[in-house]
Amino acid sequence: MGRNRHSIIFSMFKTKLISIIFLISIFIIPLEAKEPSKLIAEIVNEASIILSSSDPVESKIIKLNNIAETNVDIHGIGMYTLGKYRKNLNEDQKVKYKKLFKSYFLKSFSSRLVDYSDPKITIVSEKKISDKYTIVNTVMEETAKNPEIKIDWRIYTKNAERPLIRDLIVEGLSLARTQKEEFKSIIQNNDGDISSLFKSLEEFIIK
Amino acid sequence: MKKFLKIFLILILSQVLIINVFAGSDGTLELKNNSKDKDTEVKDCFETVNRGIFAFNQGLDKIFFKPIAKGYRYLPKPIRSGTSNALSNLTNVVTVPNNILQGQIKEAGINALRFSINSTLGIAGIFDVASYYGLNKLDKEDYGQTLGTWGVKEGCYFVLPVLGPTTVRDSLGSLVNFSGGDAWYNVTVTNNTKYFENSDYYYSRLTAGVDFRAKNLEAFESLEKNSLDLYASVRSLYLQDRKRKILNLDETTETLNDDDWEEIDTQ
Repeated sequence: MGRNRHSIIFSMFKTKLISIIFLISIFIIPLEAKEPSKLIAEIVNEASIILSSSDPVESKIIKLNNIAETNVDIHGIGMYTLGKYRKNLNEDQKVKYKKLFKSYFLKSFSSRLVDYSDPKITIVSEKKISDKYTIVNTVMEETAKNPEIKIDWRIYTKNAERPLIRDLIVEGLSLARTQKEEFKSIIQNNDGDISSLFKSLEEFIIK
Repeated sequence: MKKFLKIFLILILSQVLIINVFAGSDGTLELKNNSKDKDTEVKDCFETVNRGIFAFNQGLDKIFFKPIAKGYRYLPKPIRSGTSNALSNLTNVVTVPNNILQGQIKEAGINALRFSINSTLGIAGIFDVASYYGLNKLDKEDYGQTLGTWGVKEGCYFVLPVLGPTTVRDSLGSLVNFSGGDAWYNVTVTNNTKYFENSDYYYSRLTAGVDFRAKNLEAFESLEKNSLDLYASVRSLYLQDRKRKILNLDETTETLNDDDWEEIDTQ
């Protein structure tokens, strides 16, 4: 009985020890840094598979949104697009804005992409512009409908193991900056009332 | 009066290129001039009026330019490409003097050579033979951009009926075209030559507008569908585009003010 008890305790200890060693190893062994251009190549490839599939549109949207949630710094973009107004938000507003912006972003993101059947994007080069940012230059091939389009991706690389997309610069025009100006206009035209932006976002989400 | 009407008509046709995209707000738009590290504010001086004109332009686009552009899309691709090449070739007569005015002597030489080769071997510019010889297409330049490179500020941002978004500086630049600055205008409209008619100029401008609109049908639709405030988006895009062109930036990131991004730490 006593030996059995000891055996069980030893077995539990062994299992615990293995688990602890495993957990420690995860934190000690450095993860491999991910090249920004590799990230874009993977995303483009994944998106291409989804868009060229025969899945229903709703299914494509869900899959595209998954890609965005994993690889895009949605919260960071949301804060950037608020500009100076982000400093005036109280905690409740912050929580509400974060939720609204995420829904708005994902709807807008998938809506823009789902119209393309199978975009062919080629990576041209990448340039590290600071410790935190790398720009990946790509070109979307000309199609019967669209001319060749240059797309630059601003990648946030502070955590090199998990780079995230922060902006798309299409033919030199920043989508994040455009969105920031748009939000600013809405707030300013409503006497600086942030709830006007929340209302616009809600309307966009449910339409 | 007749001359004034003529100039107005030309302005309309010349601005058709940007009819859909551009427009005003509270409104100021801050853009960073990285080269001098100074913020500049482009004022949207008559935003309420501008928004009304923008809505009018949108309506006009819906019933006129968009349907024509859609029809143009049905033309065979070689015809569209040839048309686009020929129109692009014509813009060299404005680009070359502006290259010189901006001190871009090498670019002026390349563009002049491109124009000569494409106008002759390329049959009035329909075929881009110059690219085949290694003279690749460069960015277009206009008098508004030249004024910008000389340090002239944008002035007020405003929206013109039919013409679309512009600034005081860009409008002044457009007027130079009609005061002898555009050789194509000079040989078609200003001077009576037996080779060209006035209508050649107007048709070329109108076709350039339709060609541009046809190339951007989906992009505009997407912008309309996904904007919370289309007017503000268009204004931002117009001003970003002009800024980039004036600074002649290939590196798109140089147009961006990184300060805001730097503050945001999510990792």
